[in-house]
Amino acid sequence: MTTSVKQIPADSVGLVKPQKLHFAEPLTLRSGRKIDRYDLMVETYGELNADRSNAVLICHALSGDHHAAGYYDPANPKEKPGWWDCCIGPGKPFDTNKFFIVCLNNLGGCAGSTGPSSENPETGKRFGPDFPIIAVRDWVKSQALLADRLGIQQWAAVIGGSLGGMQVIRWAISYPERLRHALVIAAAPKLSAQNIAFNEVARQSIMSDPEFHNGRYYEHNTYPRKGVTLARMVGHITYLSDALMREKFGKDTATGRFGRDLRGGKLTFDFNESDFQVQSYLQYKGEAFSKNFDANTYLLITKMLDYFDPSVDYGGDLSKAFLTGSCKFLVISFSSDWRFAPERSRELVEILLKAKRDVSYLEIEADEGHDAFLLPIPRYMAALRAYMNRVADECMTAGGKS
Amino acid sequence: MRADLVLIQDWITPGSRVLDLGCGDGSFLAHLKRTKNVRDLGLEIDADNIQLCLEAGVNVIEQDMDKNGLANFESGSFDTVVLAQTLQALHKPDEIVEEMLRIGRNCILTFPNFAYWRHRVSLLRHGRMPKSSSLPYEWYNTPNLHHCTISDFDALCARSKIRVLRRTVVDDKQHSSALMQWRPNFFGINAIYHITR
Repeated sequence: MTTSVKQIPADSVGLVKPQKLHFAEPLTLRSGRKIDRYDLMVETYGELNADRSNAVLICHALSGDHHAAGYYDPANPKEKPGWWDCCIGPGKPFDTNKFFIVCLNNLGGCAGSTGPSSENPETGKRFGPDFPIIAVRDWVKSQALLADRLGIQQWAAVIGGSLGGMQVIRWAISYPERLRHALVIAAAPKLSAQNIAFNEVARQSIMSDPEFHNGRYYEHNTYPRKGVTLARMVGHITYLSDALMREKFGKDTATGRFGRDLRGGKLTFDFNESDFQVQSYLQYKGEAFSKNFDANTYLLITKMLDYFDPSVDYGGDLSKAFLTGSCKFLVISFSSDWRFAPERSRELVEILLKAKRDVSYLEIEADEGHDAFLLPIPRYMAALRAYMNRVADECMTAGGKS
Repeated sequence: MRADLVLIQDWITPGSRVLDLGCGDGSFLAHLKRTKNVRDLGLEIDADNIQLCLEAGVNVIEQDMDKNGLANFESGSFDTVVLAQTLQALHKPDEIVEEMLRIGRNCILTFPNFAYWRHRVSLLRHGRMPKSSSLPYEWYNTPNLHHCTISDFDALCARSKIRVLRRTVVDDKQHSSALMQWRPNFFGINAIYHITR
């Protein structure tokens, strides 16, 4: 029955339902430790075709989860769709009429998959800091097991932005025969010292919150709200560009006052008050995030980012990692992204060229900074659409040739 | 497909790796892929052209060789490097030619011959910068920065010890004639070089 309380756009995947899949086999992690059993929260959109050649994996970034597209609640007109809804749906770049799209909340996450906030079956308490450190390759390993479960031998494409793009890179290295196309967006082959520095500030702000309790805040029925807020505020600054912030905060930016009229002489030494729009904006964003995101997951994932460097297994020469495999690459960067700047994507392109791999590279002109990868920027959407149309044609004609 | 490209496709070995610098809409590479099964890669700076390359299923890299050079390409990593009708629009054409010879085993270049007799007449008789089908621009909006003649390019090859494997001189319709063979630098409109070192 469609008693639609809200209007769901025609190009939306509509109402969706996540599934929790249980994995009972132990997963050996890069650190040497094991997770004996775990759950993964998964959402899928579209239909898997008869020869199972049209499956696409979407890998989320730091704060993402399995809910990439569509809506949950038909009664809530204010509900926002999944985090990459602009790209996923009928007729959208990742076209659900053509592809079977899979997105999961990664291990260690806090949106339903097993993570630090889950109950540790050995102790009956939450894992907290006892949760093992996870590497990007462990995520990819769990994603490969998920593919097995879903009956997918080879992905038509594996796609991700930022940390998601690093998972795509890892896929092409760990399971080169299991994907035909790798779309690496706004990512980097490894973090820079500056990237790690920002992550360290985020971690220190969480750990210095008195409510952190060495990561066992669950047992104290609290959470480090201020620490996570601060961590997210810092993170958020790195997702935006200077130009975008100028434009966003205050109509009077031409005078450089950013939402604060200093001519009124109302200067205060009160730091609880927000003088400038950007302050209240960051506070709001940070606090909203702190309510929904587990502090231990934030710590874990920033560590994962810092540790990501697949070249360590290849004597520092990442091109050697790509000597096997034949998947094609599409690498995309955004001009104003300074978290993972275009130079970082060009590094990856150079590595792929050295390995003589098929690669296309686009540098999209955009003011939105790192966040651009989540936004429906026309040239970006057109490029994804064109590329994915070719991928879809291959699925039709070759039935998933490898 | 542009006529100069029809001519040079015969110089491409089937199954080889081809790098097309300034690949435009990618139609030449798409054609080579179809007919010669080459491993294709194009370089392009125009967003619309890059989009067309993606639609055609051609590998394309957004890169400004004038600004960023070609250092990201390994020596000898391609069989043939193509530079069609772009040499004269580069800031440092001699350096790009050097880079092409480093990256490719052989290179194919096409450019308009500035010493074509009609161009000479335009300057000599009318005192105006030449305009023609191969040089369609006004002096103030031309993308061409370094006009050169067939004799100029031959001199560059001699000085830089570049081996000319083949040279064809053609008109707009890519036809050659006895006149063009006799005095290429006078009668030729477009020059096509196949070079190596």
